[in-house]
This record gives sequence, C-alpha cells and structure tokens, in this order.
Amino acid sequence: MKYIDEFRDGDVARKLAAAIASEVNPARRYRFMEFCGGHTHAISRYGVADLLPDNVRMIHGPGCPVCVLPIGRVDQAIRLALEHGVILCTYGDCLRVPASGGLSLLKAKAQGGDIRMIYSCADAVTLARQNPDKQVVFFAIGFETTTPPTAVAIKQAAALALSNFSVLCCHVLTPPAIASIMEGVDEQLQLDGFVGPAHVSTIIGSRPYEPFAAQYRKPVVIAGFEPLDVLLAIRMLIRQVNEGRAEVENEFVRAVDRDGNRKAQALMDEVFELRESFEWRGLGTLPQSARRIRAEFAAFDAERRFALAYRPVADHKGCDCGEILRGIKRPQECKLFGTVCTPENPIGSCMVSSEGACAAHYTYGRYKNV
Amino acid sequence: MCLAIPAQVVELRDGDNAMVDLAGVRKEISLSLVDDVAVGDYVIVHVGYALNKLDPEEAAKTLALFAELGQLDGEPTPDR
Repeated sequence: MKYIDEFRDGDVARKLAAAIASEVNPARRYRFMEFCGGHTHAISRYGVADLLPDNVRMIHGPGCPVCVLPIGRVDQAIRLALEHGVILCTYGDCLRVPASGGLSLLKAKAQGGDIRMIYSCADAVTLARQNPDKQVVFFAIGFETTTPPTAVAIKQAAALALSNFSVLCCHVLTPPAIASIMEGVDEQLQLDGFVGPAHVSTIIGSRPYEPFAAQYRKPVVIAGFEPLDVLLAIRMLIRQVNEGRAEVENEFVRAVDRDGNRKAQALMDEVFELRESFEWRGLGTLPQSARRIRAEFAAFDAERRFALAYRPVADHKGCDCGEILRGIKRPQECKLFGTVCTPENPIGSCMVSSEGACAAHYTYGRYKNV
Repeated sequence: MCLAIPAQVVELRDGDNAMVDLAGVRKEISLSLVDDVAVGDYVIVHVGYALNKLDPEEAAKTLALFAELGQLDGEPTPDR
C-alpha cells in the first residue's frame, strides 16, 4: 500500500542500520526512549533493535493508552454496565484490561453486562440513536490522537439533543507523561533522547516538545510508525548526541508540522478542560495530565450523570507494569511475564494491547531469550 | 490505539464524510477534523476520522533520502 510499503523496505533498513553503525561513537553508549506504544510495536515487530549496534539501546516508554489506564477507571466502566445497566461502548483494546475482583470488561460482558466493542466513537452516537430507551456510555481513553474524535462525537450528540448519550472521559496528555519520566526516573535511566510520537504529533504538532529539549537538554525526534521511520529517527538522534545538540527534529514531515492540526486542537479546547490531576497506571497521580468534559457539555459527562466516584485500586502485587511503563524494567524481568501473564490471560495492562511493551515482546521478541 | 493508516480519498460525501480506499477496501470516514480535502488526497485515518492530510512532497523527500542510502556502497549489515 502506498505510504506503507516504501517505509518497510528491508534493504533500505539494512543500509540505514549500516549508516547508524558507522556513525556511532564506540566509546559511548546511547539510550533512547521511544515514548509511543506504536514505536514499541514497530521496533519489536520488525526487529529494529537487532539492527542496532550493541551500544544503542531502545527503552520502552509509557505511551500506550491502554497500559496507563488505572484499574479504578476500568472499574467505573464495569460499574456502569453491571450496576447502572447502560450500553457501555469502547475500543477493542480496553475490553481485556484487568480490573478489580478478577474482572475485565470482557468478563463483565460474560456476566450479562451490555458491553459493545466499537470501531469509532461515531458508532456510539449511532447506538444511542438506535436505542432511545437505553443509556449509552462511551468509555473514552487515549492520548491526543483519540481525543478529537471524542470531541466531535460529543458535539454531534449535542446537535442531535441526545438525552441518552454520555462519555466517561479518560483522555490523557502526552507532555505531562514525558515530564514525569524526566522528573521521576531519568536519573536512573540516563536517557540520551526521545523518539517522539507520530500520530499524537499530527494533532499537537512538534512545538510542545520544545521545552523538553531546552529544559532537560534531551534531543527529541518525532518519527512515523513504520520501521524505516524509526531507524531514520534513531540516526537523527545519534547525530544530535554526537554533535552535542538537544533540539526537536521531525522525521515524520509527511504528516507533522510545528503547529499540528489547529482545527482538532480547537475542537478539543471547546469540549474539554484539564483535570487538576489524574491517576495513571505506573506514573502515579500527575497534575494537569488529563481532560474532562466542560460544564457546557455536562449533560454528556457520564461521571456527572451517574455520580461516579473514582476509587484508586493498587495493581497486582507481582505485576511490574509500573516499572515497565517507566522504563526501569524490561518485560522479561517481570516474574509473571510469559508464565502467569500472557496475552490470553493478561495480569497487567502492558500484556493487553499490541502496543504494550509486554505484549510486543511476548509476540515478537521472547524466542531470542529462550 | 494510536495506530492509524494512510488511505486515499476516492469520493466526498454528505455530512463532512468521505469514502476512502485502503488497498481495495472501501470505508466511509469523517472529515470533521480536517479542511480542504480533495478526491485523490491521502489522509491518515484513525477510529473512523481523518487526522491529517499526508503531504506528498514531504513524503517524496523522505523517500529520496532512502533512495540515496540505497546508492551507497556500504555493505548491508547481515541479520543477527
């Protein structure tokens, strides 16, 4: 397919790898964090790490929406389905995230909850129109990529004056998560730079990363999600490190500019405001790191409509998702990895989505260590 | 979750929607988040919405960079 196949060419990948090998300084090491689960997936699926010299290491970051969703939020969605009897709609990835009491949305569905997997949030609006006698709630998760479509759905519901549609809004922001890594664990990780988000950046642009490059002296290179994009971005990062630069550069020029998609940003601002704080799995409670629905659209806010309180719940004791999301541990260092915790029976959220570090390593990388 | 794919717009439809073609598979998507999309444009599609238009000139520049690499004499690194 155009704009996909050209960015997966194996011969070019080997040439890029050779160029990287010739440019690294053998006397030092390079540690880069790929923020996004999309990059983690590409690195694992295409064996990008195996093409890199031994002194270049990629560390998985927290940018996997399903992975950073805390148990307490999934519990809220389950309560809506089982106790309030709503039609609960969400994206497929959310269904298997472990929640309290051994439940997940999928298991709640088996207990009789009306839980529907949808492809688009517009489908949730359609369901509300088709079921006027039922309350329909869209469990909305994700970073800035997924947030603007939710804003459109809420505006559409407002235009249709739907009284049976609401959103459990758990949309989170990328910059506070990067800040939390920089402030929290960089001393331990000693990162030399970041591979910046692809599709999040199509919305927010490259400008929001500029303070990180300046304040923390870390290069950031925004990259597309194809393997050649990732390799080219790694070469750009290595060049910055070698030249002592810490700038925001953009490899994904075919879809990202400095300003991002202003129409989408305006829609997000119109419908949402920042929460004072929000609990993330693995990163703790971060200020100004998530969105809630503005008072003007309160009628579509499921937390208000159903008076849903948020109750934090600790992760499974044996699960290292927190450390894995912060880059401190690798998936294979968790004692549950691949034994108790598998994609078929995930104990931690990182084993659920294909973008999760554990699921990616389980699917593509684990045989190397056998 | 953030995964999205480039697709070509083949028809503009009512309600700010468009039909896109993904290697022969056709799907109706929303253009609510983008302006000035024409038939033939490539857009990045995520959860049924076009997030952005792809810039063919910028894509060509990146591909030209890859082509340049392809002409280098360096031996490719063997798979390990």
